[in-house]
Amino acid sequence: MQLTGDRFTSETAVFGNDLATLPDFPAEIRAPAGSLPGVSGFQVHFADHDILTPGDQPSVLVAMNPAALKVNIGDLAKGGTLIANTDAFNERNLQKAGYESNPIEDGSLADFHVHPVALSSMTVEALKGIEGVTSREAERSKNFFALGLMSWLYHRPVEGTLGFIEQKFAKRPEIVEANTKAFKAGWNYGETSEDFASSYEIAPAKVEPGTYRQVSGNTALTYGLVAASKLSGLPLFLGAYPITPASDVLEQLAQLKHFGVRTFQAEDEIAASGAALGAAFGGALGVTTSAGPGIVLKSETVGLAVTLELPLLIIDVQRAGPSTGMPTKPEQADLLMVLFGRNSESPVPVVAASTPSGCFDAAIEAARIAVKYRTPVFLLSDAYLANGSEPWLIPDVATLPDISTTFATEPNDESGFLPYRRDPATLARPWAIPGTPGLEHRIGGLEKEDETGNVSYDPENHDRMVRLRAAKVAGIAADIPELEVDDPEGADTLVLGWGSTYGAIGAAARRVRASGRRVATAHLHHLNPFPRNTGDVVRAYDKVLVPELNLGQLRMLIRAEFLVDAAGYNKVRGRPFHAEELADAITALVDS
Amino acid sequence: MSHGNGNLVQLTGKDFKSDQEVRWCPGCGDYAILNVIQGFMPELGLSRERIVFVSGIGCAARFPYYMQTYGMHSIHGRAPAIATGLAVTRPDLSVWVVTGDGDALSIGGNHLIHALRRNVNVKILLFNNEIYGLTKGQYSPTSRVGKVTKSTPMGSLDYPFNPLSVAIGAEASFVARAIDTDKKGLTEVLDAAARHRGSAFVEILQNCNIYNDGAFDFVREEKGNRVYLEDGARIRFGVDSEKGVQQYPDGSLRVVDVSEAGENSLLVHDASHAQASLAFALSRITFETHGAVPLGVFRSVDRPVYDDLMSEQLEAAREQSGEGQLEALLHSGDTWTVS
Repeated sequence: MQLTGDRFTSETAVFGNDLATLPDFPAEIRAPAGSLPGVSGFQVHFADHDILTPGDQPSVLVAMNPAALKVNIGDLAKGGTLIANTDAFNERNLQKAGYESNPIEDGSLADFHVHPVALSSMTVEALKGIEGVTSREAERSKNFFALGLMSWLYHRPVEGTLGFIEQKFAKRPEIVEANTKAFKAGWNYGETSEDFASSYEIAPAKVEPGTYRQVSGNTALTYGLVAASKLSGLPLFLGAYPITPASDVLEQLAQLKHFGVRTFQAEDEIAASGAALGAAFGGALGVTTSAGPGIVLKSETVGLAVTLELPLLIIDVQRAGPSTGMPTKPEQADLLMVLFGRNSESPVPVVAASTPSGCFDAAIEAARIAVKYRTPVFLLSDAYLANGSEPWLIPDVATLPDISTTFATEPNDESGFLPYRRDPATLARPWAIPGTPGLEHRIGGLEKEDETGNVSYDPENHDRMVRLRAAKVAGIAADIPELEVDDPEGADTLVLGWGSTYGAIGAAARRVRASGRRVATAHLHHLNPFPRNTGDVVRAYDKVLVPELNLGQLRMLIRAEFLVDAAGYNKVRGRPFHAEELADAITALVDS
Repeated sequence: MSHGNGNLVQLTGKDFKSDQEVRWCPGCGDYAILNVIQGFMPELGLSRERIVFVSGIGCAARFPYYMQTYGMHSIHGRAPAIATGLAVTRPDLSVWVVTGDGDALSIGGNHLIHALRRNVNVKILLFNNEIYGLTKGQYSPTSRVGKVTKSTPMGSLDYPFNPLSVAIGAEASFVARAIDTDKKGLTEVLDAAARHRGSAFVEILQNCNIYNDGAFDFVREEKGNRVYLEDGARIRFGVDSEKGVQQYPDGSLRVVDVSEAGENSLLVHDASHAQASLAFALSRITFETHGAVPLGVFRSVDRPVYDDLMSEQLEAAREQSGEGQLEALLHSGDTWTVS
């Protein structure tokens, strides 16, 4: 189902519509088919204008079985189109989904345009006579039948999908034939069946000129890391342990060895981060990727990186928790962990991506800060950004920022090399990598004497070092863009967001403004330090709303830091916000 | 003094002493080990900047501070993982891990076994004193059953690890043992470890004179109990070499009187044997079971080195696809142009 969704998305992207997707699948690999927890869905929203979210209420739902209907029918807009695979609506499947009678026949779907289509049997029939294809395999091709039907319904270009089928199944020509036939049969069914009176043409969206591609958050992240390696001139080393929803980055980087990328699948999350830090000591761009349950295990390495003052990128693709939680579902509840989840005073800069394609820029920005300030940096993404995709105006490589750095090569004092003598502007210490003659030095987790880096238990020195490390991270505020506010009409209510709620907040603000109300929005891409004008921005508004997919973590920080009585809108359903619910919450606050 | 082009330089042990005051307890076995290692370093034929010592936490882990090389005192148990990242990205360096019995076999057990099975090019020196010293005297994973310590007032219940058996079981390609005060034996083992490409695991029996004094007296003091392993030679030991090691048909080993058993019945040591079972059987010879302790190189076999394999894959990928171009990567897959 995910593959089918991906293909439809590609056809739509190539056609030139703007789009946003929401893949929604269980953590289990082969979850029992037909069961409610086993439903795998793919939501795609496309339009002839720019859109910001995968949509609150789909206009069309394709339900391959009763369980899929049950799980998703609540989202389908009234008057929407339902295409149901009648072959799967048998007694057993109805029972599994908890239906007492067949909803297609009992009138309970009267609010929708229901198209009963015998997807499975028509597919099997269409594939009869292909040698080497079992009836089970033929039945599996029904997803391509459905894709063909949907492609007809929305006039999607089909060449990409036909080419994809040939490439993907090249090793089994009979499967290429089966899927191609199923796809075409679905298309033809749409065209010839009188069941579908009309089809829809959605013109390409008007967008900025340039070359586009479709990109998911994890792919953008992968490319961002490779770009950061090129732009910094540092070889990329990724230490990672497989974990949903971050594993794509390990898998994709492993395919990019010709970029000099070293990927190390470690024995555990701890070793993954440790190896990345070891590589950073040697002069590499050290990166470790994980999700919340893995990030907790990396805390000690991050703490060491804080005191060693070496660059290290720690990427947290957040998922619903606590503990194992819901591995494939998004949440934004790791913010306080990455800020404070370490022993002692241990400040770490935090960068957050807001859109799938924005993961590319966020990776470069996080690497820039890490390398320039010799510090570990957290980069936050989440399961929604990771798996969701959108069209991306491919940036001109020449316009990407220069984040190169220099290693120390000479002693910085008459007495020799002082590994903790700081750059007065950035407070960063020199990065002297092994192999550099005359700069041999030792660093470690014990408190260090200012400048010399020698072990020190001196009370005054410890106080000074704690404050220096804090000042270094706080000082980054001068080196990041100010918080931008979108306030066309002079509102008295501000909606402040961070991370993947960007699209939903933007869409909600449009609705609120369309209703004649005024609202301002601002979105944080840096969570530590905050942009230097953040206090001014939040204090400039009478009312501040902070919508988050957690119980109010940024809100707590805003209140604590700026003494502003910010309100929250918080949901932790393992799903992104709907624009409508957010618009209602904003409207209520504006009107209050 | 070294001047950095990686060429052969004439250094002495003194050149490897850092300006930091050594702070182990007076009489600690670590002093002897430090002296031997500093004295051995010039034999590497590398200038100092090419050498890195990485350690975890514990008494032994202070080691890097005292070496005039690059060094990192890291996290409890994690040194093999950190050293792995350094070694695979910097094959030009000589990377050494200094660890202890708690660091390597308790909190860091996982990293140790995985570094060994991968055969990363790091030299791992485990200072085994069978006690937690830095935390002031709790039992360790190598403490013997019944050991009375601060945390085991009625005696330890834990069955201990045999460090060499663990290493051999973890597919280590080089395994050796030496004694802190045995300068000649330790130097020979260090030399063999340094020349071995891949992971080298060296257990160094080290006396903690504060919390576990005399734990190894049966071999530190009683030289007749030392079984020096010599590749290709029959295994003999004792004050007058009067004892030897014989192999039972089931593969296990026993100690015999040479005069009774005859020279020709003794086992011939073969450190590079394809099977690890011989080295494993030797690792099971202990003072408690056999009244003797083997020393020297138990096992040394050639196996592909992780760092080399990774570099080779990068080269192969470049040959196949050419040097990666960012522009091409960003434009890979389906693209469309809007004018």
